[in-house]
Amino acid sequence: MSQFAINVLFVGGSFAIYIGIAIWAKAGSTKDFYVAGGGVHPITNGMAIGADWMSAASFISMAGIIASAGYGASTFLMGWTGGYVLLALLLAPYLRKFGKFTVPEFIGDRFYSKSARMVAVVCLIIASLTYVIGQMAGAGVAFSRFLEVDATTGLIIAAIVVFFYSVLGGMKGITYTQVAQYIVLIIAYTIPAVFISLQLTDNPIPPLGLFSDHSASGEPLLAKLNEVVTALGFNEYTAMVDNKLNMVLFTLSLMIGTAGLPHVIMRFFTVPKVADARWSAGWALVFIGLLYLTAPAVASMARLNLVTTIYPDMAAQVENYEDAAANPIAYADRPDWIRTWEETGLITFDDKNNDGNIQLYNGAADFSDRGWQGNELEVSNDILVLANPEIANLPGWVVGLIAAGGLAAALSTAAGLLLAISSAISHDLIKGAINPRITERGELRAARISMSVAIVVATYLGVNPPGFAAQVVALAFGIAAASLFPALMMGIFSKRINNKGAIAGMLSGLIFTLVYIFVYKGWFFIPDTNNLPDTEANWVMGISPLSIGSVGAILNFAVAYMVSSVTEEPPQEIQDLVESVRYPKGAGVAIDH
Amino acid sequence: MADDKSNAAAYWKANLRLITGCLIVWALASYGCAILLRPLLAGISIGGTDLGFWFAQQGSILIFIGLIFFYAWKMNRLDKQFGLGE
Repeated sequence: MSQFAINVLFVGGSFAIYIGIAIWAKAGSTKDFYVAGGGVHPITNGMAIGADWMSAASFISMAGIIASAGYGASTFLMGWTGGYVLLALLLAPYLRKFGKFTVPEFIGDRFYSKSARMVAVVCLIIASLTYVIGQMAGAGVAFSRFLEVDATTGLIIAAIVVFFYSVLGGMKGITYTQVAQYIVLIIAYTIPAVFISLQLTDNPIPPLGLFSDHSASGEPLLAKLNEVVTALGFNEYTAMVDNKLNMVLFTLSLMIGTAGLPHVIMRFFTVPKVADARWSAGWALVFIGLLYLTAPAVASMARLNLVTTIYPDMAAQVENYEDAAANPIAYADRPDWIRTWEETGLITFDDKNNDGNIQLYNGAADFSDRGWQGNELEVSNDILVLANPEIANLPGWVVGLIAAGGLAAALSTAAGLLLAISSAISHDLIKGAINPRITERGELRAARISMSVAIVVATYLGVNPPGFAAQVVALAFGIAAASLFPALMMGIFSKRINNKGAIAGMLSGLIFTLVYIFVYKGWFFIPDTNNLPDTEANWVMGISPLSIGSVGAILNFAVAYMVSSVTEEPPQEIQDLVESVRYPKGAGVAIDH
Repeated sequence: MADDKSNAAAYWKANLRLITGCLIVWALASYGCAILLRPLLAGISIGGTDLGFWFAQQGSILIFIGLIFFYAWKMNRLDKQFGLGE
């Protein structure tokens, strides 16, 4: 069977499962549509959260980023997992006890203000919509590489599948497809990793292999990797980062951004009890941890594999790295996987010194004594995981599995985001503000229509990505961190924060963060409208625009506290509401009051 | 009613104490051992690198998982102890 046929079989098979689940789990009520009926088991929910959370960025890009940045990219590993501790301790159980359908609904009720609810709706829609564009684009890449259709056709196929199970099944359909998608993506991610770990370290468990000895050289894997990359002028893989303040703030922004993203928080409304919300956060992090503990192993091993493919003399024990690094392979002898990926433009070769060999090294370093005139091989971070099975010479079915896994990661996150958007429109905007007397059936229809519109918009933006596609993650996390997380946390932990304080806090956190990002990245991401170049020398105190969300959050807390303390206390019934969310007693299934 | 109130207040106080403790561990593992204190731990080597690197790429995640389960288990006991569970 050809590789193409195998890929079609795996991707088609997984899609058939998702559609089957959608038909089985059709939503009959708004409760089904928003919270899957409210009876999801915590382990099931944990798995669904895992798929909901792990996006195309986690599956496709993260290991590649770690491979190129080494220790410095640990921010992603810690930031995207540490947020679950905040969710479990500070938000999830209380929001579950509150027992409503959406995040803006809590903000609106707790701060007794329609304006606060609308500010939350706007933050939610900007954060989720920018995030979903990245998922659709990721699905497009996976389709075009593995199914030999162009990215646009691939995207439209993906959109139709998502449309089918999310519009039909709402949260109920999404929950059970996400469970299936989690299983597909985790198998796809770990199987190649196990093989590579065995090949390089004889240890079948990748996270242990990472800290084991490299079989071919007998040295510890990471020590070997450090020697190999420094011989080519790169920084040590495990080198310390100089700008520690920025690293701390970036990690913090990712953590509180994670805890404030509405599509993740919503998943905690689907479990029957407050205790289940706590357990499902733990299970979610177990399932997420399986991938996040594997990723750094994949990163270091793939980096070593890539370099030793180009410089075979460095593969085993090396007497003199200077000599070994002087002897790269000829372009004509490059392995097949480099040829395949060259076709996609994600690997490019430019023989700068016309010697027919591939010189891969840190282009900023000077190796003119070796006759090198610049780095000749550009490898995109995004291909590392997708190309892993080919780099390790694994059988064709593993490649098919990776294709299905990448699509599962992108589609499961897209569906969760689309649900967050559609529920904010139908429940918060239409039922909450425009037409409070809408019937249950009317609201369900409105939810389905807004979901369909959101899919069309996301697909359109995926096909025609705005210039800022690469910056959107910073934007989504910055907004969630600076606006939503502090409002939610203060709503639970302080009785004194009133409507004025909350609105002032959210707006100042949001505007401050947006302005700081725009100053360096361009106003509304329009190229060449930035006021200052986006380099470390220009950042205030060395804080990058990616890290600013945590500063915005601190500002939000401070402003909310100050404004509240000079204005009136919240009314008694609001203080009673805060009391009631603090104690699990009396929690029913999430209901619409 | 007064008893109910003081019982609830004691429950909330115990919860806050537990959260504070857990968040101290959370911050020490990630911001502490993995970033700011890494130079201090450089002498302890593990698998060809230093302990700080292990915390950054593996240890902190394991500690996060442990923390959430510990908190859930402790809170379920508190819920029962104070009679405030479901």
